[in-house]
Amino acid sequence: MVEQQKSLLGGYRVLDLTDEKGFLCGKTLGDLGANVIKVESPGGDPARSIGPFYKDIPDLEKSLYWFAYNLNKRGITLNIETADGGEIFKRLVKTADFVIESFDSGYMDRLGLGYSELEKVNPRVIMTSITPFGQTGPYRDYEGADMILWSMGGVQFSTGEPDRPPLQMSLPQCYFHGGIQGAMGSMVAHYYRERTGEGQHVDVSIQQAIILTLMIAAEAWEIYGPTLLKAGVRLPARAGALRTMPRLASPWTMRMIWPCKDGYLIWSLAVAGGTAGNVTSSRALVRMMDRAGMAGELKDYDWTKLDTSKISQEEVDRIEAIIGKFFLANTKAEIFEESVRSSMFIAPVFTAKDIREYHHLKAREFWADVEHEELGDSITYPGAFVKISKAPWRVYRRPPLIGEHNEEIYMKELGLAKEQMLLLKQTNVI
Amino acid sequence: MKDVKQAMDGVKIAEFAYAGVGPQTTRELAEHGATVIRVESHRSPDPLRMMSPFRDFIPALDRSAFGTCYNTQKYSISIDLNMAKGLEIARELVVWSDVVLDGMTPGTMKKWGLDYDSVRNMRPDIIYASTSQLGQSGPDAGFSGWGYLLMGMAGFTNITGWPDRTPLNVLASYTDYIAPWYLVTTLIAALDYRIRTGEGMVIDQSQLESSLQFFSPALLDYDVNDRIMGRSGNRHPYAAPHGAFPCRSADPLTERWVTIAVFSDDEWQAFCKVLGEPEWTKQPKFDTLRGRKENEDELEHLVGEWTEDYTAEQIMAMMQGAGISAGVVQTPEDLFNDPQVKHREHFRLLEHKVIGWHSYNAPAYKLSKTPCDISKPGPCLGEDNEFVFKEILGLTNDEIATLLVEGVITTEADAPKIPPVF
Repeated sequence: MVEQQKSLLGGYRVLDLTDEKGFLCGKTLGDLGANVIKVESPGGDPARSIGPFYKDIPDLEKSLYWFAYNLNKRGITLNIETADGGEIFKRLVKTADFVIESFDSGYMDRLGLGYSELEKVNPRVIMTSITPFGQTGPYRDYEGADMILWSMGGVQFSTGEPDRPPLQMSLPQCYFHGGIQGAMGSMVAHYYRERTGEGQHVDVSIQQAIILTLMIAAEAWEIYGPTLLKAGVRLPARAGALRTMPRLASPWTMRMIWPCKDGYLIWSLAVAGGTAGNVTSSRALVRMMDRAGMAGELKDYDWTKLDTSKISQEEVDRIEAIIGKFFLANTKAEIFEESVRSSMFIAPVFTAKDIREYHHLKAREFWADVEHEELGDSITYPGAFVKISKAPWRVYRRPPLIGEHNEEIYMKELGLAKEQMLLLKQTNVI
Repeated sequence: MKDVKQAMDGVKIAEFAYAGVGPQTTRELAEHGATVIRVESHRSPDPLRMMSPFRDFIPALDRSAFGTCYNTQKYSISIDLNMAKGLEIARELVVWSDVVLDGMTPGTMKKWGLDYDSVRNMRPDIIYASTSQLGQSGPDAGFSGWGYLLMGMAGFTNITGWPDRTPLNVLASYTDYIAPWYLVTTLIAALDYRIRTGEGMVIDQSQLESSLQFFSPALLDYDVNDRIMGRSGNRHPYAAPHGAFPCRSADPLTERWVTIAVFSDDEWQAFCKVLGEPEWTKQPKFDTLRGRKENEDELEHLVGEWTEDYTAEQIMAMMQGAGISAGVVQTPEDLFNDPQVKHREHFRLLEHKVIGWHSYNAPAYKLSKTPCDISKPGPCLGEDNEFVFKEILGLTNDEIATLLVEGVITTEADAPKIPPVF
């Protein structure tokens, strides 16, 4: 605990009522040292049933998904739908700096626990609500499964193969975006509160969080769309491994994902010429190919003259064929080593195994072994999202078991008597 | 301090950064009141200024919306840091600032004498944040890549696609839209820490390490169960149907799709009602999630035959009315017409000096008391030279003229011919 006090957010108290839509918010604040208390319904957060599971045993105490996003939190159970539960929650709010929730919009208000009520209990408190579409507006009550937000946020439209449906990622991502936006919004509000004493309500829309990942697609539509419509051209939809970047004004097709000896690489002719960095990258690649006797006609190619807006598809195909053949003769590691050494814009497509074994992450001591005494085992977690000189990231505690800190928090910190605890347990409030 | 209007009022930031991550980090702070000065140069411009979309399809440094969209509310100055006098200005800015944001390739700031150790000597309580693909230390720290490459290294490419095909990237440089939010969160925590302790610090962001937080379950699954997550198309272990289905399209050149996710058996019953309970839905093999998973190919085919007769918007409304997750696979055009996106005021129209009226993204969160301010479009390169040099650094007209003549302040004449990169 002393260590946690010295951290960046040491001493700040967070009540985390989120399910999977908002886990990452509290996790991020907890990683920065805040004192995060996960508040679950009695019997445990339903999100504990999301896989994968430890040793593939489906069990509320063994969800690896839940572990990943509830590290560095303590855990209590509380039924806030009961009158007693609501009162206890308000008592907890008195000393809290943040309340994070991801219930359906309006749910906390209906329980009399919305921001307007919590503000009366503690004017300093910051309440952060993370929902699929936000607290107000025509879609506020829409169901938002992760994939639905991926499509409503615009990413799915341009992801996938041309002959198959548009795609999401196999590890759904939208709720993570909602969570990190929640953490960021909470911190902006926090800085205001620390200087004025006033809390406020932070209202996150996961749909908007996804729109922010579109890079430049929306802006490009706005600027080029009318011209393209007139010309009978449409926005690039799914182009599989071929498309590289928004290429609204360019006719060519270039491959981006390349098979190599032991997997795949990412490289594109779109960043092979023109600018100084691109030319450096291409020259280094050709030197590498030449050493293997595979440079062919590219040996004397003038990359400074490569203009990807004017190049013919035939030339694209010719260059790509030579380079593609070279990739097939090399491993991810062989190519990437040269990328680092000679500033080539080529990277490997890592699997989970590749990431775990990646020497650079090991050298930076990224991984953290976390003791799970209840499993009699230790699990390796991804470590710090940034390195901070003053207060390095660390594991303060493994993810909590269901209600693990009930006594510590209700009795020691809130001052409930043993009899009160017993009664609350019997009435299923805790 | 009661007169604080916006959350980050009074925070001063010197930005030495290009491309996606650094600029988006400081934009977030600028839109909430921080004063951010972007140090740029016409001689080595931010590559985003050289990328599509350009006003009227004409490539030029001030014509790209990509070059402006991450720089709302900021001030841009144009100086050459490879000249002694340019560095002098940079040093003055650093002394003025609370936060130095280094988004350059590792080693660049050291070359200029603007690395943490040098800056700390000038400004002991500085908060110095570096962001790069793989961090400031470690054997591969020198790797100079882009977010679309890092997407592959962070594991996302390998889990995007169909089981029988090659992996895929999304259209965007995916990790560039994860890393900035971690850095903003950390920077504000650091600013608060400094208020409490008086101490500055150095922050080293490896964009890979930040992005891997979005891949954690797959990493734990490998560590514990030796399983390497692969590609499963649109399928989901606890839902069926769970996918994108074709819809009616008014425009023959544009495909229309809707996504539908049915999790519980109750949801399945509600789903069948929406379809009008045709015969095929009554087959017992579809009654349970297990049955639907076992017959998923057939199920998807049947659902797709039904969806083809409706528009994506109709299906979304029907399904959502019955409490089932469904959404239009929205195109960029759809986003501008989406009533919820409009209600949230996500796109903010601003008049840029060269590009004209165009939209900027608002943050995904709304603050009830201190809303963001999005009123100053991303600046043209060097647009704020006069303001910054006079009002912030106190230079005289004569001094500024000399810097111009000596080429320390760069101008359009110094700009390279722009190869349209994309």
